[in-house]
This record gives sequence, structure tokens and C-alpha cells, in this order.
Amino acid sequence: MTRRRTPADVVRAAPGPAFEIRFDGRPLPALPGQSIAAALWAAGVLSWRTTRRDGRPRGAFCGIGSCFDCLATVNGRPNQRACLVPARPGDTITTQEGHGHADLTV
Amino acid sequence: MPTSPSDPHDLVVIGAGPAGLAATVTAAGFGLRVALVDAAARPGGQFYRQPAPGLGAARPEALHHSWRAFARRTARLDAQVAAGRVHHFAAHHVWAVTRDPAHWTVHAVTGPDGGQGRAEVRARHVLLATGAYERQLPFPGWTVPGVVGAGGAQAMLKAGLVLPGRRIVVAGSGPLLLAVAGSLAAAGATVPVVAEASGYAGYARAPRTLAVNPRKLAEGAGHAVTLLRHGVRLRSRSAVTAVHGTDRVEAVTLTRIDRDWRPVPGTGLRIPCDALAVGHGLVPQLEPATALGCATRRTPDGTWALVLDHQQRTTVDGVWAAGEAGGIGGAELAFVEGEVAAYSIAGRGVHGSLRRRRDRLRRFARTMAAAHAPRPGWTGWLREDTEVCRCEEVTAGRILDAVSGLGARDTRTVKLLTRAGMGWCQGRMCGPAVARLAGGGGPAADRRPLACPVVLGELADGQG
Ligand SMILES: Cc1cc2nc3c(=O)[nH]c(=O)nc-3n(C[C@H](O)[C@H](O)[C@H](O)COP(=O)(O)OP(=O)(O)OC[C@H]3O[C@@H](n4cnc5c(N)ncnc54)[C@H](O)[C@@H]3O)c2cc1C
Ligand code: FES
Repeated sequence: MTRRRTPADVVRAAPGPAFEIRFDGRPLPALPGQSIAAALWAAGVLSWRTTRRDGRPRGAFCGIGSCFDCLATVNGRPNQRACLVPARPGDTITTQEGHGHADLTV
Repeated sequence: MPTSPSDPHDLVVIGAGPAGLAATVTAAGFGLRVALVDAAARPGGQFYRQPAPGLGAARPEALHHSWRAFARRTARLDAQVAAGRVHHFAAHHVWAVTRDPAHWTVHAVTGPDGGQGRAEVRARHVLLATGAYERQLPFPGWTVPGVVGAGGAQAMLKAGLVLPGRRIVVAGSGPLLLAVAGSLAAAGATVPVVAEASGYAGYARAPRTLAVNPRKLAEGAGHAVTLLRHGVRLRSRSAVTAVHGTDRVEAVTLTRIDRDWRPVPGTGLRIPCDALAVGHGLVPQLEPATALGCATRRTPDGTWALVLDHQQRTTVDGVWAAGEAGGIGGAELAFVEGEVAAYSIAGRGVHGSLRRRRDRLRRFARTMAAAHAPRPGWTGWLREDTEVCRCEEVTAGRILDAVSGLGARDTRTVKLLTRAGMGWCQGRMCGPAVARLAGGGGPAADRRPLACPVVLGELADGQG
């Protein structure tokens, strides 16, 4: 089978070396410059939050910082919009449950 | 002489999309000292969103059309920044604009998610170029992971070079869908179908507007060619009326709809896919403007945009606006309006040709808005348990109860009774839908106290 075309092919991207982040304990690769949401999508992860009332899974929806569906706990800080925050080497992302015990951080 | 960024500038521009960028470089070219404040790390706004430098994209323009118009202006911006005529405050989220007797103060929080600190920028004039966000109409299953905004999918693709899935249905209404489907397919996704809720007859009814906007026609034709090349089918008068899957998208139901967007019974077709990119046009982002008291007007597609005069002035003295905040019209119009505003702010006469271009593109925008305006029948695809407010998990059933059982007539009352629109996003996602369910033709232009979320500590600090 021929290799499938990727977004990187379209813009002829030659990204810097991938680094590791951890999502719920699992190591995942991320590319320099990708947001946390982008790194998770690239790894096939579409949800990293459960809702406060019904505990339903959610991930990135609007992609531009408006919807707040993509909230994640990043390095222990809850309520970070994963579509805005760049991934950094060694970041630990955990699924945010409910309101993420937010100390009024939003 | 420009000195430090804390000195009052002649002009502060909020938003570095096509409108804000064009205004900034034009105004600085006239000798004004300009502060450009934008939430993103790099200029370009929603349209010219670029891969981060670390991704090493050799051809970022491959995901855009009219890249040259952008490159020309960013080159000017770079030169003006280097010369100290423009201060670019990147990664600054504006949450309020206040007025002192002598100048305006723009208050911002800094960092990618606004959590790093605060900043204030002062200027004698303000230009609002805050753009738009996507309009969403709810349907059963639209909260399942894998359902993403059409513009959101585009934004994530352009900035992060990622796709939400491999087989992606694109649905909703408006010209953005064609651009999104084209880019997703070009980037390797399979797009089995693009479902457009409206028909395209609306354009045919405005032949003169089309005839004077050949570039817009060419743009549409360009998208059509891309879709053909990738074997993407376009179905008008169809909508996704259900998503299947609990933890992630497995399939969608595509249904024929009538002219009023009412589902035609018995026409549902199940289409397997692992993602759905959906959106029903764009809505102007007006928070800083409405907080300042700028008057709004109803647009042909039922949302609100700023009232602007022929020089891009809002109804508040000293405040101008350009681009989508004055009505959805696309990147080319945003560039033109940014320039017009800069001429006006600098006290120069706007030339006729520039003004005529603006008027022509505005006419096209009106035709487009009317052609794709949501029709009332969409509520026919809601179920009692369909979530309308994603943040507070408020269902259509609860909203309709508040309306028919408790007599709520407007968004505000529905909000108080159900909490719809009171969550994190402050109604940005559910506002248009809630307003229609509440019986109003469309939402009143919302007044949110803060233009973006602010850590309470930041506000408290401000008191000191
Ligand atoms: C998600 C999305 C994707 C889109 N994709 C496409 C596409 O692929 N093709 C296409 O033809 N059109 C697309 N559009 C439409 C396109 O964005 C517009 O036609 C064009 O960008 C309008 O330019 P503008 O300058 O008015 O606004 P924008 O480009 O939206 O720029 C507004 C800028 O203001 C900034 N801003 C807003 N509020 C604040 C604040 N409070 N503080 C600081 N900064 C703020 C934003 O960060 C942004 O950079 C998209 C729109 C959206 C919402
Ligand atoms: S995806 Fe909407 S805020 Fe991040």
C-alpha cells in the first residue's frame, strides 16, 4: 500500500525532533510548536476531559480558544485550554474530571 | 518620538488578522505610532494561521490562498516593528478597554492561555479587529469526541498539521465548508461528503453582485476543482442530524432537509466516518465593542455586527472597527476595511477606488450571508435530550420547558432558568441556538463583562 498523504507533506514540513509528553501516564510524541491538543490529535487521542454533570468525554471542538471544551490538567494545573497551550518536553497531561478542582482559575 | 511601549500610542489595534494587520501597517506608514495587540503568538488571525516555526514548514502557503497579500503586509510589519513605529504585543488577550479623559487603555492578560501576567496599553484611538468565531447549531451527538468545528479543524490543521480523523464528513452551511473540505482532503483525509444545508440558488438571484466580484467566483471555482480532484461529493439541502458512537464518532446520519431546513422523514443515510467537521457560518466577535457601548445591527443571517459608517467608525467616538467584527465578509474585505480605517484614523481622505472595492465586497458578503442564513426548521432535528449548552450540559428539553412551561421569552431569562450560556464559554457556542429556541429571531448582541477569561487574582491585583 502506498503511504497516505499527511498534513506535513502538504506544507513540506521538516519539524524539529519530536519529544515526549505523557498523557494519563502514557508516553506520547509531540512536535515542537504543536499545541497540546494538536499533539493529542496526532496520537489519535480525541478526548481528555469528562464533563461535570454526566461525566461525558470531551476534547477540542472550536480549535481557537472559544469553547473551553478542551480543558486539561497540565503539570498539575487544571483548566488549561489545550488548543492554546504549546506542548513542552516532559509535560504531564491528565484527563480533567469535572471542574478539575479549579481554584477559580478560569 | 516613539519611546517605550508604555507611552500612549496614536492607535491601538486589537486583533492581528487581515483587518488589524492592514490597518496597522497602513497607519504606521502614515507616521502614526501603533500598538498591535493580539492573543496569538504570530500575526495572521484565523485565515492566515501558520504552522509554528518548530514545525519547519517550507511551504506554509500551500494551505492558503492569497498568501502574497499577507506576506507583503507582514514584511512591512516586521520593518515597522524593527524601526520602533509599531509595538506588537503578541500572546496578549484583551479583557477590557477603558477610557480616561485623554486616552484609551487596553487591559490584557499574557501568555498562551492568559495565565502569565498582565499588561496595559494606552492610545488615543482604538481599532477593533477582533474577527469572528464559528456559529454552531446543536444536533443529537454533537458533543461526541471527533465532532469538531469546521473552522476548528481548519485551524488545527493550519497551526498544528493535524487531523481529527482519517475519514471526515464536513457539514453545516456557508462557504467555509468548501475551503475546509478541500484542505482536509489535500492533507490526506478522506472526505466522503460535504453536506450544505442551504442551496446555492441564493447566489444566482444576485447576478450583478456576482458579476462585479469575479475573484470571489474564482475562489469558489477553485474550491470546487479541489473537491472534484479528491472525489469529494457535495450535497446541498442536507444536514447531519445525528452522530453515532459514545466515546468517539463512528458514523453520522445524513438527512435531506427542505428549504426551511426541516428534515424530510425517511431520507436518513448512515455514513461511516471517524470525525465530523461542522459549522454554520461565522459570528462576529464583539465583546470589547459591546462593552464600550458600540451600537450593533442585525445582519442578513440573523446575527449581530457593529454599526459602522463609511469610514469604519463605530458609534463611539475614537473607536473604529474593521473586518468580521463589522459583519462577516472574508479576508479580502478585512484587508480593505483595515486600510480604510487607517486612512480615516490618520485623517486622510479615503480614496474612491478603495471605498468602491469595500462596498462591492460588502455586497457580496450580504448575498453570501442571506444565501446561507440558518432557517428555522433546524430545530426539527433536535431531540429532547440533545445538549444545547455544551458547558453546562443543558438539553433542548430543559430549554423548551423554560420557554413553554415557565414563559421565558428571551436568552437572558432562559439563561437564568436553565444556566444555558452561563458556563466557561459564556454562550459563545450555544448563544445563537438558545436565542432561537427562546423564540427570538436571533440573540441580542451579548454583553459579556469580560472579553476573555481572567484569573480572579489578576482583577484583585488591579485594585491595588
Ligand atoms: C476558526 C476559523 C477558521 C477560519 N478558516 C478560514 C479559512 O480556512 N478560509 C477562509 O477563507 N476563511 C476562514 N475563516 C474566516 C476568516 O477568519 C476571516 O475571513 C478573516 O480572517 C477575517 O479577518 P479579521 O481580521 O476580521 O479577523 P480574524 O482573522 O479572525 O482576526 C481576529 C484576531 O483578533 C484576535 N482577537 C480577538 N479577540 C481578541 C482579544 N480579546 N484579545 C486579543 N486578541 C483578540 C484574534 O486572536 C485574531 O488574531 C475562519 C474563521 C474562523 C473563526
Ligand atoms: S478547543 Fe475550544 S477552547 Fe480549545
